Amino acid sequence: MARKQVKGISYAKYGYLFSIPFIVAFVIFSLYPTLYTATLGFTDCKGLGNNNWHFLSDPFENFKNVLSNNSFITSLKNTVAIWIMNFIPQITIALLLTAWFTSRSNEIKGKGFFKVVFYMPNIITAATVAILFNALFSYPVGPVNDILVSLGLRDAAYQFSVDKSASRIIVAFIQFWTWYGNTMIILISGVLGISPDIYEAAEIDGANGVQTFFKITIPNIKTVLLYNLVTSLVGGLNMYDIPKLYLNGGPDNATLTANVFIYNQAFSGSYMYNKAAAASMIMFVIISICSAILFWIMRDRDEAKIQKEIKAAKKAAKKGV
Amino acid sequence: MSVVKKDAGSRAFLISAYIFCGLLTVLSLIPFVIMIVNATRSTTQIQQHAISLIPGTNFMKNFAVLTSKTFNPWKGFINSLIISVGVTACTVYFSTMTAYAVVAYEWKLKKPFFTLIMCVLMIPATITSIGFYQFMYKIGMTNNFLAIILPAIASPPTVFFMRQYMIPSLPMEILQSARIDGAGEFRIFNQIVLPMMKPAMATQAIFAFVSSWNNLFLPSILLTKNDKYTMPIMVSLLTGDIYKTEYGAIYLGLFLTVLPLLVVYFLLSKYIIAGVALGGLKG
Repeated sequence: MARKQVKGISYAKYGYLFSIPFIVAFVIFSLYPTLYTATLGFTDCKGLGNNNWHFLSDPFENFKNVLSNNSFITSLKNTVAIWIMNFIPQITIALLLTAWFTSRSNEIKGKGFFKVVFYMPNIITAATVAILFNALFSYPVGPVNDILVSLGLRDAAYQFSVDKSASRIIVAFIQFWTWYGNTMIILISGVLGISPDIYEAAEIDGANGVQTFFKITIPNIKTVLLYNLVTSLVGGLNMYDIPKLYLNGGPDNATLTANVFIYNQAFSGSYMYNKAAAASMIMFVIISICSAILFWIMRDRDEAKIQKEIKAAKKAAKKGV
Repeated sequence: MSVVKKDAGSRAFLISAYIFCGLLTVLSLIPFVIMIVNATRSTTQIQQHAISLIPGTNFMKNFAVLTSKTFNPWKGFINSLIISVGVTACTVYFSTMTAYAVVAYEWKLKKPFFTLIMCVLMIPATITSIGFYQFMYKIGMTNNFLAIILPAIASPPTVFFMRQYMIPSLPMEILQSARIDGAGEFRIFNQIVLPMMKPAMATQAIFAFVSSWNNLFLPSILLTKNDKYTMPIMVSLLTGDIYKTEYGAIYLGLFLTVLPLLVVYFLLSKYIIAGVALGGLKG
């Protein structure tokens, strides 16, 4: 109705005008670099400031090279392994805290305080956190070793930095430590969005806390859980700051993630831009698949519903005529 | 009888819940406590007992050791501040503008445009960094803050958030009456729409600022000169051989990089946590 009052003037051009800055910035800083990266993946471009590069006679040489590179395969495996080791405890503890903090029968006091404290690690620079943990686990004298020895858990200090599994676990733990508060807050807000009527009905039916949680809460926050899973996965595939600065991918590539591999290929040693670009594109495909899933989950349900209703109404109107 | 039983049960539940939350609280805080206390202790003290709750008196000495080498906290702070303020301003202003173009106007390519935004929502900048770096190198934009600030004009997640917020809260009637009063479209956006979007813009501003402040990957690729280093790049210097045994100085360096964030967090934690909760509901 409102739009029809000023018929005669088309406002469509302002739609285009107001999106120009976004489009220009997107094309220059995002689309072009993406295509450029893809192109470099097919060339022999290496070395600092090299502008004289050519396409390879076998265009997929770099891709084959990267996919058969043991370090890259290790880095992919590490990325996934570290992500799983961080995600399972993270979602479990976040769910447990969510159940407690939204419990209707047992009100926990100080929820606000706990939320602030649990979320805090998330806001601290990941680079700082990685180096801080490196210092905490340092050998022969470090805070963690100090605790272990003085509690009698170990006779002598342990050199964490040469133990492959310990290093992976510590990196996964740092990820867990920085993200569980964030996950918890998102899950709590999902639970608070559930209609209280459902819970009242369950209470009248005599369901206990555990039953209510598994039969009502979990099914109702499925979307939020899935959203969390996919954002965490995409973030996990991009892990860089923590493994890079904790032990620079070591010991013996145990904490080398895909992004650390790409960085090391391109920006250190022999500046293999072409191989790094090919590896980037492989990661791009993997992440695109993951974000396609996310897109599908987050699709605008209300709008799709309205569109359907409009269509149905139009059909009905046609039939009426 | 059953009433008593239930009370005992819920008391046991509450006690175990508090113990667990207490443990997590210690886990969340202890690394920072160790960091802050050790920042004031001398390296020899730390080497004897790495954990202590009693602050030392070596704060100034550690500071002198720290700043005598490449680590320049003041420079890093200023550089990070310039970049983060620039990124925040670009992200918030232009994302609101783009969301407004999608919400307030009917235009032919609107649907495909919005689909594009949704598609690139999750594509991280790190993946395209090789091409980005080569491109910036070619046009001489390395070691230039604009190479990090300007890309923030197109930030799909913020546009998505702004659109979600704008749809229910922007009354078209007000825009119509402003048009009848003769206001131009650009003025309507700046003087009517922006003030109405303030709460959403504040939330997004906090997140844009913090994530830009913490960003390491792109700045570490593009900014190679000492005097352009941001705070996270300064921090990464602490792992090198230069500070190998200067534990006190390392802890102090870490503390200095965390300090501005801790101040911001304790001033704004209420809004930050509300913002996280809001962001998660976009699903």
